[in-house]
Amino acid sequence: MENANHTTRQPSAARLIVFWAYVLIPLTWGVVNTLTQAMKLFG
Amino acid sequence: MSSTTDSTGQAGSPPFFSKHATVAAPGFSRWMVPPAALAVHLCIGQAYAFSVFNGPLTKVIGITQSAPGDWSLTTLGWIFSLAIVFLGLSAAFAGKWLEHVGPRRTMFTAACCFGGGFLISAAGVWLHQIVLLYLGYGVIGGIGLGLGYVSPVSTLIRWFPDRRGMATGMAIMGFGGGAMIAAPLSVALMNHFKSATSVGVAETFVVLGIAYFISMTIGALTIRIPAPDWKPAGWIAPDTSHKMITRNHVHIDRALTTPQFYLVWLVLFLNVTAGIGILGQASVMIQESFKNTVTPAAAAGFVGLLSLFNMGGRFVWASSSDKLGRKNTYSVFFVLGAVLYYCVPSFATSGNIALFVLSYCVILSMYGGGFSTVPAYLADLFGTAFVGGIHGRLLTAWAAAGVAGPVLVNYIRAYEVAHGVAKADAYTMTVHIMTALLVVGFICNLLVKRVDAKHHMSDAQLAAER
Repeated sequence: MENANHTTRQPSAARLIVFWAYVLIPLTWGVVNTLTQAMKLFG
Repeated sequence: MSSTTDSTGQAGSPPFFSKHATVAAPGFSRWMVPPAALAVHLCIGQAYAFSVFNGPLTKVIGITQSAPGDWSLTTLGWIFSLAIVFLGLSAAFAGKWLEHVGPRRTMFTAACCFGGGFLISAAGVWLHQIVLLYLGYGVIGGIGLGLGYVSPVSTLIRWFPDRRGMATGMAIMGFGGGAMIAAPLSVALMNHFKSATSVGVAETFVVLGIAYFISMTIGALTIRIPAPDWKPAGWIAPDTSHKMITRNHVHIDRALTTPQFYLVWLVLFLNVTAGIGILGQASVMIQESFKNTVTPAAAAGFVGLLSLFNMGGRFVWASSSDKLGRKNTYSVFFVLGAVLYYCVPSFATSGNIALFVLSYCVILSMYGGGFSTVPAYLADLFGTAFVGGIHGRLLTAWAAAGVAGPVLVNYIRAYEVAHGVAKADAYTMTVHIMTALLVVGFICNLLVKRVDAKHHMSDAQLAAER
């Protein structure tokens, strides 16, 4: 690949985990918040 | 793959934001791409939570209550409407540009527009100029929404040719989930910033604008596109000669001349229309259907539950479409949706809240699933080369349904109530019309066939476009 030198290095497992955590932590927080509110329907 | 050359003819690095600079190196993990897409979609999904600002924005002058000169809800309603219109327009018109410049530049432009839109809106609140909110969040923010929505989707499809549905489901799930983060976050920020002289909206807009710009930029910087000849290790493209999945590519402009594009447009339009009207009326509907049984707090819980199913359906249905097939998945949406819509009035009449709630949860999961399955449907029919642009143009169906759905639900209900129908029964006619729309959608979906080979691009045409 000619352009391999100006693209990224291979991501490490740790980098992959950090990236997924970056999006999944706020998403989980939002889902838990919504679920807590949804429970009022059954309360 | 070509590298670039400078004016002296020497090879050099392509510009950072160019499409060539985003081509991944060999060995790059494709699992880095979904978080990059989610980083954008979780931000732009905030649009669904914009209504949390409506109340405080009606009290910018009066602070504790609306004062003369304060904006009305009708005036404020145009901000969201403009954003959705410009989402559809930018997705439709920028599709070709997106395919030309690649996802990094498009996503960064989306970050500038969406984040910048918030900052302009903050100035609008400070100066109490509604035009700045229309321009900021409505027009510029709306363009950011459209660009941000379509840009990572085609990239994901190229990285996951073996699981197109799952890949697009992951990103578009983020759009459904973004509101779940934005709503409580915005309320917390407004509470933090509010004072005797401010409702805290302008300050919240500034914080959100900066946060969304940073988050979307991180997504833009980490996105990569695969090399044209890349495929997952060990994966062999299945024989699709007898199926609707093509290995060829249809040009974005040519796609618009095929009946398949308009049939899928109708499929999306009818599926969205059936869900979007209910989403806006859910709280009122459950309270009127179960008078004296469902409190406003419980109704808010119902709305929350629908949001969860809307989000979850985006991932679950799109992923299952990889096994079921796109056409079969939409057939399930239309048949199951029509049956559930037909049954819902009887669940309300018999006082069966559990079945009423369950039915609407399943309906909303299919509403979300319709959004996330359609990019993979388009990739199957038209190939992956221009799927981002074709998807952008198809999103005009969303904008049209955004008008048709609420109009159907609100006006028919108002007509029924004006003609003496009890409020609890006023939704019966509406849901029967929804049932009929879903039957029409089922027929449109049945009519979708493989795209004729005369529309396919030759290798030379494809190479010229690339």
